[in-house]
Amino acid sequence: MSANDGFRVVENATCTFCGCVCDDMILKVQGDRIVEAKNACVLGKAWFLNHQIESRPVALIEGQPASLDEAVERAAQILVNARYPVVYGLSDTTCEAQRIAVAIADWIGGCVDTTTSVCHGPSGMAFQGVGEVTCSLGEVKNRADLVIFWGCNPAESHPRHMTRYSTMPRGLFVPRGRKDRTVVLVDVRRTKTAPAADIFLQIKPRRDFEALWALRALVKGVEVDPRIEEDTGVSLRQWRDLAERMKSCKFGVLFFGMGLSMTRGKHLNVEAALALARDLNQFTKFYIKPMRGHGNVTGADNVVAWQTGYPFGVNLARGYPRFNPGEYTTADLLARGEADAALIIASDPLANFSQPAREHLLRIPYIALDPKETPTTRHATVAFTTAVYGINVAGTVYRMDDVPIRLRPALPSPYPSDEEVLRRLERRIRQLLGIGTNLHPNPPRNSHVERAFS
Amino acid sequence: MQPTWILIAGRTTRQGTSLNESKFGSEYLDETQTLYMNVEDLAQLGLQPGQLVRLRSVWGAAEVRVQPDKRGELPRGVVFLAYGDASSRLMGADTHGTGMPDSKGIEVVVEPLNIGSPPGAIHERSGAAT
Repeated sequence: MSANDGFRVVENATCTFCGCVCDDMILKVQGDRIVEAKNACVLGKAWFLNHQIESRPVALIEGQPASLDEAVERAAQILVNARYPVVYGLSDTTCEAQRIAVAIADWIGGCVDTTTSVCHGPSGMAFQGVGEVTCSLGEVKNRADLVIFWGCNPAESHPRHMTRYSTMPRGLFVPRGRKDRTVVLVDVRRTKTAPAADIFLQIKPRRDFEALWALRALVKGVEVDPRIEEDTGVSLRQWRDLAERMKSCKFGVLFFGMGLSMTRGKHLNVEAALALARDLNQFTKFYIKPMRGHGNVTGADNVVAWQTGYPFGVNLARGYPRFNPGEYTTADLLARGEADAALIIASDPLANFSQPAREHLLRIPYIALDPKETPTTRHATVAFTTAVYGINVAGTVYRMDDVPIRLRPALPSPYPSDEEVLRRLERRIRQLLGIGTNLHPNPPRNSHVERAFS
Repeated sequence: MQPTWILIAGRTTRQGTSLNESKFGSEYLDETQTLYMNVEDLAQLGLQPGQLVRLRSVWGAAEVRVQPDKRGELPRGVVFLAYGDASSRLMGADTHGTGMPDSKGIEVVVEPLNIGSPPGAIHERSGAAT
């Protein structure tokens, strides 16, 4: 960090807007605003430059301003008295906060689930079934000579993915950068990513599984019926050409998006893609990675998996973890009217869940932690305003390739971090449950918060 | 029987930038309530750019404004809507044992509404869940 002409410059800051987690930001800070975000993409600029200290109370109980202690007390009472609570969200906060959220779910005997379940949850199921031939984005940058994007649109959802990691950069074994790579896009829509690809295969909607299975056959030398064109919208000649490119490349990688995991077939679509990548390793080096959306959704998978053995959709009611997507996942728990309380951290289910799920959430008491006002915080029984991870809060996040990255915050916030609120909440829950409170050290006192809200 | 379209919900740059401002702001609401459609499909339905339409799936309905797709992005029979309240209203609650509702590839009917609807009518009728 350096000071210059009334500005402070924060170097090597990290953008946590999307799963790329670009850690080469150069931020210019004036007062409590970030006025310039060098190296940021259009989404990153919006993330940093729109950051401002909200003029909201640190907490609201049923819409009325409350102190932090009052809100923690009410939140703890709700969770302790619930019979089937769910802890949900977690993809836009630090790993340090995530691990406390898992502990809370454990103490209250609830479910813990993350936004992965409505994102790449089906991919997580497929990983368990097939396995993931994985690599880091650094390996892609230095080695990949064939890059396939399937059912994703990085030009709009991960704008720096191609320039920083996958198609443009010069690497150790691809010294000419883009010229040394073949880039393929398979998608239903001719998106903004299409002009960046050498080959665009416009597939029919909901035909990904058929196409991936045909590619598996072609890779193994099995004859495929030419009517595959009727099924997929892409000719057998084109699929054969792609299969040959996949087999003959030196280092291939397939990045897939929610075009596979959100479309009918879901985990089966992803299993087909994972199996294809696995098969290709009989011929060459071939890898596959999901394009992860939120800044620390990959961290959420990792933390929940460290602590429970499963990445999302985990039930802890019996004192040991059970995993069952469709049963313990939040979209289902709410839509079926089962959950009777919720702790929602850094996510907005009232903006993106199905209508039956949203209607049930509005009927039950729930707690929401978020830096901004959202539909979910607006209707929360208890809403905490928290500091923004990566901008105000240090900690650890995981890039989409499972590489952990340390955050370098740019400026302080008068609000507590998610971690601090959750620590206080966990401590109070343990007190109410009569569980020893010496299991964790007392939460560190945040002087900003104490001064602002005491 | 009314013709059906396949709805794909997804991210857009504008949805991503505007949610950083506010999910209650006009830009976010406008982006998440704009349906993109192949120009030939628009003509088939006799729709004008900016016209209000009602989208119906077997699970729900939402009112949005329709626009021609950009750069010939969409094949005939496919429509696109940025993630948001409107797209969520069209999803089913059943996740088929995965935790994930069908969010892409939903069959929808597109019904024209009055051309002269006042601006802002959509926000009042189908704003964020309240």
